[in-house]
Amino acid sequence: MEANLSGTGRLPAAFLTPGSSSFLDFLDSHAPQLLPGRRALPEGMTIEAPHGTTIVAAVFDGGVVLAGDRRATMGNVIAQRDIEKVFPADEYSAVGIAGTAGLAVEMVRLFQLELEHYEKIEGTVLSLEGKANRLTTMIRSNLAMAMQGLAVVPVFAGYDLDLGRGRIFTYDVTGGRSEERAGFAATGSGSVFARGSMKKLYRDGLNGDQAATLAVQALYDADDDDSATGGPDLARKIFPIVSLITEDGFRRLTEDEVAEIAVSITDQRREHPNGPQAPLL
Amino acid sequence: MSTPFYVSPQQAMADRAEYARKGIARGRSVVVLTYADGILFVAENTSRALHKVSEIYDKIAFAAVGRYNEFENLRIGGVRYADLRGYSYDRADVTARGLANVYAQTLGTIFSSVGEKPYEVELIVAEVGRTDADDQIYRLTPDGSVVDEKNAVVVGGNADSIGNYLGQRHRAGLGLAEALKLAVDGLARDPNGGTPRALTPEQLEVAVLDRQRPQQRKFKRILGGQLARLLSGDESAAAEDDSDASADTE
Repeated sequence: MEANLSGTGRLPAAFLTPGSSSFLDFLDSHAPQLLPGRRALPEGMTIEAPHGTTIVAAVFDGGVVLAGDRRATMGNVIAQRDIEKVFPADEYSAVGIAGTAGLAVEMVRLFQLELEHYEKIEGTVLSLEGKANRLTTMIRSNLAMAMQGLAVVPVFAGYDLDLGRGRIFTYDVTGGRSEERAGFAATGSGSVFARGSMKKLYRDGLNGDQAATLAVQALYDADDDDSATGGPDLARKIFPIVSLITEDGFRRLTEDEVAEIAVSITDQRREHPNGPQAPLL
Repeated sequence: MSTPFYVSPQQAMADRAEYARKGIARGRSVVVLTYADGILFVAENTSRALHKVSEIYDKIAFAAVGRYNEFENLRIGGVRYADLRGYSYDRADVTARGLANVYAQTLGTIFSSVGEKPYEVELIVAEVGRTDADDQIYRLTPDGSVVDEKNAVVVGGNADSIGNYLGQRHRAGLGLAEALKLAVDGLARDPNGGTPRALTPEQLEVAVLDRQRPQQRKFKRILGGQLARLLSGDESAAAEDDSDASADTE
């Protein structure tokens, strides 16, 4: 089997058998050892691995923003300062991941490939709902690992071309999927604080720039109260990853664009450490 | 039990080749040629859904003529091969040469195995490079031969006459509209020297591997309005942005 991946030779029968348009299904039947979920740890064992933390998402007029901080921690140690946790899934959707970094990144790679594979085989793209469901399957297959402390908890956001608006889906470790109808969502260790922040700042009719600012504010608040979430690192010039998904597709804000937002928020927080205030009534 | 007739290996292979060639010659041609920004694929195909030209991987595309179920099978096998290889190693490790080798082995084994009928297909596997010197085009015949092609190549019915026509007129650095016009003129020619047919955009399937595309995936179908404008010789349509992006990765 391996020989057919690396060298030449006739395509094995599995390659030429008509069947599923899913790359996952193909891997499952042809090379199951490559599926992340198939790797089980010995019973009762846990390992410590770097964890990614806070991801936030918010719907705005004409799309959705998905943003993540850059910190990965292992226990109380900062394992990585510039990790990326927000990835395009395809042209019109993106996935942000909190949880065990190694597994999460692998899951994203496989998810991207799953969508691309379907698109190439079928000649058409999956519906946003369909993409969200494929992700459910992948998280569910990771349940055994999640039970041993290696959980992956993504946020999936995309622009629904049929409905003409942005949508957000969140997941729990069992693969439970829920659409966030409030318009914003957060996952990861700092999500409690990020969600509180967005609850106060979010409103209908935001535009893309405002939504990006909202996301960075929420990440700032998560960093403020959660030690595992990293804020804008002005000294190292490491800023959150902010991506916008609209009718025009996925766009990751450039380093300069995010820096501008982050610096203005940081400046403002020097005056008001708790950030913008919402009216009492 | 009666003794089977002896057939010499030469005769058996010649018969199989003849069988496959006849099947292929019935189909309409596909033209693949290089232009300034990459590789252009033009097929005569009235179907919107059954493609003769498809994306395989980032920089690799596939074109085929012959029996649909057979080349569709090979196409899906190729996508699975490329995706699995890219997943196991890296996206950069998926190459047209590797894919062509796998197809050659597959076709060759089928061709010479007694139990199977040879595939009636002819394939093209092309990869767009960083510069035009790096572009690769491979033609695969039903017996599993691989031919490394340059500039312009035609497979399917009338391949020879169209190939000659293109060979004389193709030059490096053609614009997209020019290259498309050349390909369509080639396809529309009557091999017996009569008046050329008129091919409308609805009868054509056109796609490019465009090295200028900012996306990782360089394959793009040229559809509807843009195709009509390019056919009418409007070179500016070539520079059109991927505003109708929903269709471009189809």
